[in-house]
Amino acid sequence: MSGGHLGNHAHLHVPGATPVHRLAPEAALVGLVAFAVAVALTPRTYVAAFAVDAAVLAGVIALARLSPALVLRRLVVIVPFLAVAAVLPFVGGGDQASVAGVEVSRDGLWAAWGIVAKAVLGATASIVFSATNRLPEVLTALTRLRVPPTLAAIVSSMLRSLDLVADQLRRMRTAMVARAHDPRWLWQARPIATSMGTVFVRSYERGERTHAAMVARGYSGTMPDLGDRGATAAEWVAALVPAAVAAAALVVHLTGTGG
Amino acid sequence: MHAPDGFLSPGVALATGLISIAVVGLCLRASRHELGDAQVPLAGAAAAFIFAAQMFNFPVASGTTGHLLGGALAAVLLGPRTGTLVVTVVVVVQALLFADGGITALGYNVLNMAIVPAFGGWALFRLFRRVLPANAGGVVGATGLAAGGSVVLSAAAFSLEWLFGATAPVPFDTVFGAMVGVHALIGIGEGLISGLAVAAVLASRPDLVAGAADLPAESLRRGAPVTARTFAIGAALVVLVMAVVVSQFAADDPDGLERVAEDRGFVDEGRDHALAGGPFADYATRGIDDESLSLAVAGATGAVLTLLVGYGVVSAVRRGRSGAVT
Repeated sequence: MSGGHLGNHAHLHVPGATPVHRLAPEAALVGLVAFAVAVALTPRTYVAAFAVDAAVLAGVIALARLSPALVLRRLVVIVPFLAVAAVLPFVGGGDQASVAGVEVSRDGLWAAWGIVAKAVLGATASIVFSATNRLPEVLTALTRLRVPPTLAAIVSSMLRSLDLVADQLRRMRTAMVARAHDPRWLWQARPIATSMGTVFVRSYERGERTHAAMVARGYSGTMPDLGDRGATAAEWVAALVPAAVAAAALVVHLTGTGG
Repeated sequence: MHAPDGFLSPGVALATGLISIAVVGLCLRASRHELGDAQVPLAGAAAAFIFAAQMFNFPVASGTTGHLLGGALAAVLLGPRTGTLVVTVVVVVQALLFADGGITALGYNVLNMAIVPAFGGWALFRLFRRVLPANAGGVVGATGLAAGGSVVLSAAAFSLEWLFGATAPVPFDTVFGAMVGVHALIGIGEGLISGLAVAAVLASRPDLVAGAADLPAESLRRGAPVTARTFAIGAALVVLVMAVVVSQFAADDPDGLERVAEDRGFVDEGRDHALAGGPFADYATRGIDDESLSLAVAGATGAVLTLLVGYGVVSAVRRGRSGAVT
């Protein structure tokens, strides 16, 4: 449920010169994925391990000088799934426990906790990544990480025209509202659907013009490599610290108390 | 549908991840074949369109709103392979940059939101095209019905993944019933908006609708004779029929079938066979008395899904060979 993307994607990046910002984007991306995997693999009963993960993230947020309010605001996208998690204790089967006089499923409570903890940790890590890395650098990082260059180029091409297309739709909506268009039922949605069709045609034709312009500038099917610097060994190590701590918390819990 | 990290088990995340990487890799090559060196700007522009279309709400009922998912729409406009590619790009960027959908959940999110709706929606589109007239109205109607159905397919795919990798003690029946039921309603809006959007594209650039590439331009010139109201009522009827059929399977208390099973004495037998060392998550089948029914629904859903997606793939390949795409 992605209704909350109305923000301009160019404003995702929060400028800064902290060590987190300076980290090469490919190292940061691998660090992000490794951290998310470590968190996802942690069994939900290891509450202490999740506390360690949260502390590591809080440390990274502090190091990057990101305001907690900004992180919380961007976390709003996961709210629909938190609502799903909130239902689980009531529809779950298995052992029942009594909380404040209400019968709830013990397993359901644990499941809800697990979903909430992992969703919040994973999403927060993504937010830190997108706030501390510039988009063009992320895109070159993708090709350095052996993502097919064509795929990275499509992502880049999409992000370049995304705000344009979104603004076009927004202007059409404004024009409709200005002409007293106030649909309340599905069968009144025709103008909205028609404007979407129109915007598709305009986007596609813009793509055709872009292609002509690219060909005129010597494009032959592959994007040139601009040859930025790669990540240093130290950067790889630094980027993997949060994931390593999360993995360590998991392993300590596994070997220590046996769950 | 943007599931967050840890919503399904790591095993399912890994398995769906491998499937998604393989399929998207093949789609990338196929779409390069279809679009040539214009692949990057055209797929990029189409992805920006789907991304933007998902941001905008349309009215549903009495002021409540919904938004487009776009998998089937992308498939009808661009063909299933480029469509899959385009929606995959959107889903991946939403996870990486907007924290919408987990990074470790990308495997099943791409499968459920890009691959299944695009190929399953394309299959439904081809099937409806066969029974609907070969003109703009037929294309628009087939798009609407296929887009509505693709949302239900997507929900069914999620329920199946839940059967294998549930993280909460909610049985498959409940998840299947709730997901398919809710998404049947969402499908009405998806179908209406997708159909009318394709109608608008047909009116100005019929050559940009991959799903109508086999029709001569003259038969597409005339406007679609389907009004939004007729469409909404028709879609509601289709959903009602589907809901009745599904509820027969997913009923909480399937007394009749169970009694037959007991009379015939195959309840215990069925249970043991079905669950002995099976790959299903404990949760999805635990604590309910009708495992055999649950598994039957799961099996039937899986079969229908596989058939439809397979049909979408086959018809996409056949169309690709005949070189009907610009």
